[in-house]
Formats: sequence, structure tokens, C-alpha cells
Amino acid sequence: MVDGIIAGLVVFTLASFVGFEVINKIPPTLHTPLMSGSNAISGIAVVGALLVAGERSWNLTVILGLLGVILATINVVGGFLVTDRMLQMFKKKEVKT
Amino acid sequence: MSDFLPTSIQLSYLVASALFIVGLKKLGSPATARQGNLIGAIGMLIAVVATLLDQRVLNYEMIAVGIAIGSAIGAIMAYKVQMTSMPQMVGLLNGFGGAASALVAVGEFWRVIHTVDVVPVDETVTIVLSILVGGVTFTGSLLAFAKLQELVPGAPITFAFQQPINLAIVITFLVGSGLLIANPHDPVIFLILTGLSLILGILFVLPIGGADTPVVISLLNSFSGVAASAAGFVLMNNILIIAGALVGASGIILTELMCRAMNRTLVNVLFSAFGSSKTASGESAIANTDDRTVRSIDAEQGAMMLGYARSVVIIPGYGMAVAQAQHAVRELADQLERLGVEVKYAIHPVAGRMPGHMNVLLAEANVPYTQLYDMDDINPEFERTDVALVIGANDVVNPAAKTNASSPIYGMPILEVDKAQHTIVIKRGMSAGFSGVENDLFYKSKTMMLFGGAKDAITQLVASVKEL
Repeated sequence: MVDGIIAGLVVFTLASFVGFEVINKIPPTLHTPLMSGSNAISGIAVVGALLVAGERSWNLTVILGLLGVILATINVVGGFLVTDRMLQMFKKKEVKT
Repeated sequence: MSDFLPTSIQLSYLVASALFIVGLKKLGSPATARQGNLIGAIGMLIAVVATLLDQRVLNYEMIAVGIAIGSAIGAIMAYKVQMTSMPQMVGLLNGFGGAASALVAVGEFWRVIHTVDVVPVDETVTIVLSILVGGVTFTGSLLAFAKLQELVPGAPITFAFQQPINLAIVITFLVGSGLLIANPHDPVIFLILTGLSLILGILFVLPIGGADTPVVISLLNSFSGVAASAAGFVLMNNILIIAGALVGASGIILTELMCRAMNRTLVNVLFSAFGSSKTASGESAIANTDDRTVRSIDAEQGAMMLGYARSVVIIPGYGMAVAQAQHAVRELADQLERLGVEVKYAIHPVAGRMPGHMNVLLAEANVPYTQLYDMDDINPEFERTDVALVIGANDVVNPAAKTNASSPIYGMPILEVDKAQHTIVIKRGMSAGFSGVENDLFYKSKTMMLFGGAKDAITQLVASVKEL
């Protein structure tokens, strides 16, 4: 089990570095869409919630998992859609100019 | 055969991770941003579908109901929200994400204590971490949302022994974690730890003032990523760890950018209760304002100055956005351009209420983004500018940030409008800015005050400019 933690830490650390590198030097215009877009990605918790809610019976774990599914889905769907709505406005202008 | 499904799920997760990285990368450039967002969404879809194939996931009907409810609420929020309320929206979504991660940990704890006799230490540790980060993100985000929505006062809320109390709670949490590791089946200790996490989130955001709340939203965005990662450690699931780490890192970078724009350190933002010191410096400033004169003009005079200028720089602030005046501002700019005036917009990094917020608001009003200039690009141009038009901005144009070392905002980079030939400030009255600091700019001989609400004043300016 400790092996698993170490493997997880390796993945976590490398992914963090990728995150730092990918996000650097973003024009200010995109800061807000970037924040809401990355916010939507943090809704990946939905995967965890699905696994927890998966059992075919009623107990506290499943109920909490389902609640998690609802909240995380709001985060994912709301986040991606609102980001698209913002970026659409930028797009409209690019065509004009 | 039994190996085939788990392997393909893991490979799907790998594909989803790669899509998240490509998506984030493309979100960083105006030309590809929308595509990047779509790629991220596809990654999410792949991850969710792959998870539904997992043999542990059998509860399809209820899960379908849950996803349908969540999607409906999310979609309605995304289409109804006003662009001025974007920081609140992000704050609220953060909170939901954090809550989901915490719920995963609570659910897993409940499953483990009923099915496993000897709970491994690392299982308990990851669950406790996940509860802590998820809980803090949840209540912290909700409070930040309430502050931005003005459901609770935006001013920093402080009380006696605040820091010692916070410290005591943190220590209690650590001791409780130790007890839970020694006694991993005890639900009472676990519930206490959960409660403490939720309280910590509130105490964390309470002392942070309204002007700094965007920084906190950005930081909590990072937390929501870390919370997802922590839940990933609980379930030993790579996609959660990777996606969470990506968001965690990007959130930290945006937070850092905002702090730099205000010339503050993150520690300073979090622990100094900035706005509460305003009474001290504010009083002395008010005392000596009586003998200074303010030049006030009406819309007609303002229109003359603008219409016969060669170059005009518009400095929009949050006051303009609150008044929903961005469309009127664009109309004014159109009218001025018709008269041959060169119009530019100067965007301070913290204009609006989150990084890049003002750009979104102006984009909504169809202002071409080639006319938007960052602070570093526009500052050298103010000397050649005939009229700087300040609309609902205050602290970001306050020269005290450069000249007065005792001012609370000293050192914050500002838009140097005082270098322009003339400055017109549209403002309701002489009140101080968000930071609570008096603005010397209003008393300079080159500054004309045009008193009124942003929308009314601009509409009148447009009407007067049309008659020129």
C-alpha cells in the first residue's frame, strides 16, 4: 500500500510541474476564462464520486457518493459551459477586427 | 478477459489526462482558447464514461439521476449568470468541487470502517488530508461567494484572539488526526475532524477584505484541485491525482500574478486584514481635504474636451461594470472615433474583481480586444494622451501609490493617468476607493470631476458628443 502512495506522489509532483509549465505566460485577457476552465477540470472529483456511489445498495457511502456526483457534475458542466460562453464573446470580436 | 476492462479504463484515464494538459495549454492563447476548453470537456467525458465501465459501478439508475440533476443545475447557472458576477460563479463552483472531494473521502471512510478490520495507516492519513482540504475549500468558497454577493459585509471580520483561536483549532485537528490513526474505526473523532475542517474554511476567509477576495477565489481554485488530488490518493486513482495537480498548479500561478499586481505577498493578503487599517490613515487624509479645491464639470464640457482631443484613454473600473455601463462606454468610444479621436482602453491587472475580469466585461460589450492595453504598455503613452477618462476606477489610478510611502497602497503599480494632459473622473461622489484610501488625483489641477452614476454620465456624454 505504501508503494501505491509513493507512485501517487510521483504522479502528483510531475503533474504539478506540467501544470506550472503549461500555464506560464498567459495574456491577462484569458485569466478569467482560464480560471473557470481549470475550475471545471477540478470537477474531476466526479470520477471519485462515481466510484464511491457505485455499489448497488443503499447505505451512507452510496448516498454521500451520489451527493458528490451531483455537486461535481454542477462544477464540471457549469464550469465548461460558462468558459465557453466567455470565450465565444472574444471570438465574435476577432472576426470583426 | 477480466484484465481487459481495468486496463482499458486505465488507458482511457491516460488519454483524458493528456487531453486536460493539451486543453489547458490551448486555453492560454486567444486563438485556441475555445478549442482548448472543448478538449478539456472531451477529456472529462472520456474519464466519466471510462469510470462507468468500472465493475464497482453498478448503481446506474441513481447515478444517471445524479448526473442529470447536476448537469441541469450547472447548465442553468452557466447561461443565467451575469458577466459581472463571474467571480461569485467561480467561487461557488469551487465550493461544489471541494465538497464533492470531501464527500468522496467521507464515503470512503464509512465503507472502510464497515468492511475492513485493520485499516492501514496511509488510508487514514489520505482520508484525513482529503477531508481537510475539501472541507476548507467548501466553506471557504461559500463564504467568499457570500462576500462577493454582499450577503455578508465585504469588510474584514476580525475578533479578539483570532490568531490564537485559529492556531488552537489547527493543533486540535492535528491531535485528532493522531487519535484517528491510532483508532481508525472511531466515527466520533472522524466527525469532529470533519467539523473542524469546515470551521477552518470559514475562519480562513473571514479576515480577508472585499478587495482581496478575488485573490482568495483564485487560491481556493487551486485548493479545489488539491482536494481532488487528495481524493485521488484516497481511492488510488491517477486521473484524480493528475487533474487535481494541474489545477492546483495553475491556481497558484494565477494567485501569484494577482498578488504581484497589487504589490503584496500572499502571506500579507491572507493574514494582514488589509482594509481594517483604513480608519487610521483615512482620518488624517480627510482632515486636510477641506482646503483643497475640486474642479467639477458637466457632461457638455466633458464632451467638448473629449471630442476635440486627439487621443483619449479610457480607464474602466469595477464601478463601470456594476453600473452595467460598458455598452454605453463603447458607444461613446464609437462616437469619438467617428470624430477622428484615437481611443484606447487601459486595463489594470486587478481591474474588475478577478484577474482578466475587465477584459471579459468589455468583450461582452463588443470592444475589440486590439484596443485593450495592459498597464505596462499604456503607462508610457499617458504623456502623449490628451484626455484620460476614468470611469468607476479609484485605487488603481491613485498617485499616492507612487509618492506617499505611508499610504496603505504604497508600492502598488498604478495606471499613471496623472501624466495625461487632462483627466476626467466620472464618480458618484468624493468617497474613498475599495481600499479606503483618499485619492490625491481628484484634487490635481489637471483633473476634472464629472459627478454622477457611471451609466447616466456616459449616456449624457454620448448625447453631447453626438451634437459636436
